[in-house]
Parts: sequence; C-alpha cells; structure tokens
Amino acid sequence: MKPFEKIKSIATPLDKVNVDTDQIVPKQFLKLIQRTGFGQYLFYDWRYEREGVQRKDFILNDPAYKNSKILLARDNFGCGSSREHAVWALDDYGFKVIISTSFADIFYNNCFKNGILPIRVSDDILQKLFSTKSEIEVNLEKQTIKIDNIPISFNIEPHWKKILLEGLDDIAMTLQHEEQITKYERSHKI
Amino acid sequence: MSNTLFEKIWDSHIVVDEDGRSLLYVDRHLVHEVTSPQAFEGLRLNARKVRRPDLTFATMDHNVPTSDRSLPILDQTSSMQIKTLERNCKEFGITLFDINSPNQGIVHVIGPELGITLPGTTIVCGDSHTSTHGAFGALAFGIGTSDVEHVLATQCIMMEKPKTFEIKIQGKRKNPHAVTAKDIILSIIRKIGTAGGTGTVIEYRGEAISELTMEQRMTICNMSIEAGARAGLIAPDEKTYQYLNGLKYTPENYDECVNNWREHLKTDSGAKFDKSFTLSAENIVPQVSWGTNPAMTSDVTERVPFPDEYGRGNPEEEKGVTKALQYMDLKSGTPITDIIIDRVFIGSCTNARLEDLIEASKVVKGKKVLSRVRAMVVPGSQLVKKNAEMMGLDKIFKDAGFEWRESGCSMCLGMNPDILAKGERCASTSNRNFEGRQGSGGRTHLVSPVMAAAAAINGHFVDVRELDLN
Repeated sequence: MKPFEKIKSIATPLDKVNVDTDQIVPKQFLKLIQRTGFGQYLFYDWRYEREGVQRKDFILNDPAYKNSKILLARDNFGCGSSREHAVWALDDYGFKVIISTSFADIFYNNCFKNGILPIRVSDDILQKLFSTKSEIEVNLEKQTIKIDNIPISFNIEPHWKKILLEGLDDIAMTLQHEEQITKYERSHKI
Repeated sequence: MSNTLFEKIWDSHIVVDEDGRSLLYVDRHLVHEVTSPQAFEGLRLNARKVRRPDLTFATMDHNVPTSDRSLPILDQTSSMQIKTLERNCKEFGITLFDINSPNQGIVHVIGPELGITLPGTTIVCGDSHTSTHGAFGALAFGIGTSDVEHVLATQCIMMEKPKTFEIKIQGKRKNPHAVTAKDIILSIIRKIGTAGGTGTVIEYRGEAISELTMEQRMTICNMSIEAGARAGLIAPDEKTYQYLNGLKYTPENYDECVNNWREHLKTDSGAKFDKSFTLSAENIVPQVSWGTNPAMTSDVTERVPFPDEYGRGNPEEEKGVTKALQYMDLKSGTPITDIIIDRVFIGSCTNARLEDLIEASKVVKGKKVLSRVRAMVVPGSQLVKKNAEMMGLDKIFKDAGFEWRESGCSMCLGMNPDILAKGERCASTSNRNFEGRQGSGGRTHLVSPVMAAAAAINGHFVDVRELDLN
C-alpha cells in the first residue's frame, strides 16, 4: 500500500444521510475479479441517466469538482453491504479522504485497508466544510483539516494512522505473531 | 466477575492484544464467489497459502442462476466469477459446495444446516449478513475482501473491541403466526435506526426471543447489520443444541461440547451492557417498509408518513424521506394496505428457510396469485428445497402460480438474472430496500414471508392477522 500523503483539494459535498454501499457501487458491477477499474461505476445510478448520459443535477457531474480528492458525506456513510468494491470505486475515482459525522463499521475498516482516510468530525465542523468553496488541506501526520489556513484537529485510532502513514501490509504485521497464533491453535480445538 | 456472552467469546479468542486492538482467532471462515477473487489473487501475488483450509468452507450463491441448473450460465462475467471460485478452492484445498452440490445454498443458510456454525465460535465471511450465525451464540462478523485475504492467510482478524448492546424483547407476540421474527427485527430497526447499533455487538434477550425457533432467531440476527451492528447474538439453549445434533459437520464429541456450552455460553446475571433498549412484543404488528432503508418502516395498519412526522425535527432525515418517497413513488398519507405490488419475492438469507416456506404456504394453499402479479419462491439452499418438496410445498406454490426456483441469493440483490424492471414494486422477504437493490429503478417493500404471500394473492398489502394461519 502506498503511504498516505498530505492532500489538498476542493471537497465534493454529497448532501445525503445513510448513503449505502449499493449506491456507491451497484451490484451489477461486483462481478469483476480484479480490484481495479471500479471508478467508472462509482455512484453509477446517481451519476448516469442511462449508459453514457450523465445526470446534470448530481454533484460528481459538476465540473467544479472534477479533480476533487476529498468527499464530504453525511451520517452513516457506507452502510449496508460489506462490499469492498465501494472503497475500490472511491479510490479509483480519485477520492483519498472522506469526511463525515459517522461511518458504518465495515466500510470504515475497508477504507484503511485501501489507503483511504475516513475522518469523523462533529456536526458543526461538517457544516463548516459543507459551506466552504475553498480548498481543504488534510494532514494526517498532524491530524488537522485546514480551511482558509485555520487548522481544525481530528481524532484517529493510532493503529490506523500508523498503517496509513507507513503504507504497511497488515497481513505481514499479523504474521509477525506466528508463534502466538500457533500456540493458540494448539491449545484451542473445535 | 460478571461478563456478557459477547465478552466471554471475545476473550476466549484473543491471540494477542496490541494498541487497544485484539488479534482474534477465527474458528470458521465462509467464502463465496463475489467477495473472494481479489483475496485469493492477493495470496498468489505474495506467495501466501491458506493457513487453515480445513476451517474454510466455500459456496456459490450471489451470482448463480435460479433457473434450470443443467443449462450453461449465460452471463459471462458471472460465469467467470463462479469458475474463479472453483479454481481458487482447488488450488488452495478448500471444501467447496459448488452449483451442483446437494449442499449448495446461501452461505448463511448452509452454515447452520450443515453444522459448520457452532455456539461459542468465531465466524467470519465476506458478507454483511454473517451476523445470521449469531443465532447460535456464535460471534459472527461480516468483513471486506482485504480482511478475507487476511483471514485466509492468518486465520485471525484484527479488531477493536465493539461495545455491548442489550436489546430486550419482553412479553409474547399476540398471534405468532401473523407477527413473525421479521416483524420483531423490523420494529427494532425502525426504533433504533440504521446506525443505532454502529460499533456494537447486539445481544437479543427476553421472553419473545427465547420462544423463537432457531430459524426465527436467524431472521433476527441476520438483520443486525441493518441496524449498523458489528454482530448480533442470541445465547444458545436446548433448542440450539437439538438443532445442531447429528448434522454433517457437528463435532464427534458433541455431548461434551454441549455440556461445556451449557455451562459457559450465557451472559452472567449482573453483567453490564454499554447500551440497552427494550421493546414489548405484545405491541408488535406486521411491518411493511415504505422507504429506501430498513428503518423506513411502518405498521401495516398505518399510512405512509409525512417527512416531518418521520424526521422529527432532523432536517437531514426529512430530506431523506422526501427523496425516498419520490424514489418509491408513494404519497404521504396513503394507507399501507392501498399500496399495489407487481412482484413478490420469497427468498434470501433472511427468510428462505423451511419454516418460512411452510408459513407462507399456509397463506397460499388453495389460492391463486393475482394474475398481474409475478411471484417467486427461491429456497435458501438445496436442502431447504429438497425438504420443502418432500412436504409438497413446491406443489402448493406452483399450483397457486408461484415460480419455484433453485437456491441462491437471487432477487435479494439481483446479481443474477432475477431482477425487478424499472418502476416495478415488489413485496420482498429480503433485508434491504435500498434504491436499485433488486434491480435499477425497482421498488422494494420489506415484509415477512406470510405478508409477502398474502400480497401475492391480493395484489396489495393486507394485514395477515385477519387471515386464519393456524
């Protein structure tokens, strides 16, 4: 996994609560056997009227947000299906940071496994972010979101921070506990 | 010290504690074709093996056609995914219940019916409805594909310890044939919301839970994820031990296991939960969802709500309802029983077990599906199908005009050819009414099997308490 670097970009405001992973990537696109190429299917039914025809009123289709790397979301983002394809689609499309008041558990976990930083903030801060047109700077090292040069700090689990900043392979990390795993296996049988 | 059931299972599976997280040992890993190909590919790229193929079981369920199994799969990408699972299982030495196996079925239906699911174990699967297995007192988590790869390689999962959430259902249901487990869980989700359980493991308790059969308990635990929970649990009891006795993978020293489970697998009196919620079973009536998430649900006797009624002052929720009603093409104030349906789907890991089909067949017997309604039954597994056919349920459904299909996830998520057309409205026994879930532009109403069956006969929702279901 590539180490997470500072991100500076305008933020795309997706103004909807309870966005489920079926919306992030609809099921007809889950049949691929690779991890790549899902960006074109991101929010497919909201983005397209029909194949090749974009819906004008959907935020991702607004040219102003074309190169945005930060997605602003509302409560309970990523609920529903465990499909990691949702995170692969966000990543492939170009989003590296998602900021919301809350995330669904499996989705939250899947983000870190793919180098995406999900940030939980309070209602007030989210509102502030939703109302700015300026670029936002996210610094994971310092745990700050900067709007118009004013830094706002955020919390993150130290474990995830380390994994993202160093781009660590969590399987390799777990395999360092080989001895304990074997010991557990020998003493617990079912 | 007093502990909850969850804490006992959690503690007994810790391999290492690190940075406020635990590396937990996984006793059973269930695998299906949609969320596993990238995980196996990851193993290959890193020259890793499956650590415990003997604890890993695979089947194909999401993509498989439910029509004649002797015919080739026409969808090339589905076919590729299915072949990829076959190849991966062969290469890594994993037991696979393939499309022609008598044990094929929805992964959360076959786990319990084969005795792979056992009390006190940890189970994971790359599917959010893994919470189903909690009905047996197993700690069962849905995981993403990266974690599938992690479990394949290490047989462990790294997790932050969830909080505990007690949901107590007091008293007994009035008319238990009409008011089902599905109505209990929909009532819970509607009250606590789709994020009400986020970060927690729910333990369902109380008289109304104990009196449920194992299959009904699975319906409850199955939808824990629709309340956002990491897992759902019900303490095992004599019904659990009886259900698992003598199944294909039931352990040889079963009596010894049961004695051990009887002693340990319960929440101690005096144990504290982080959160609690209580509901009275007597007040629960048949439920029908009207919106685009499972919390957007009402009693069958109610009307489609107005946004401000549902949102209760939360502008974001109100906006959500307005958008949902627009998508569902419903007007606030319409009686639920006036909603006209086009399709009926009886199936899914929530409600496609033998008892579900028996209960639905009672409504259908000797009646006809309304001519403009297309209705189908998709048994949860080949075993469910076989047992139902031995009881003659297939004939009851077919005589009434239902399609009787092969087992799979089918129209719960429409990855196979079973989908709704744009604008079609479906009474469905599945678990998600998200936009486009059953087909792009399709409209889903979540209901119990008896409610779905009655909707098929009448062409609209009816209060099944008015029917004779005994």
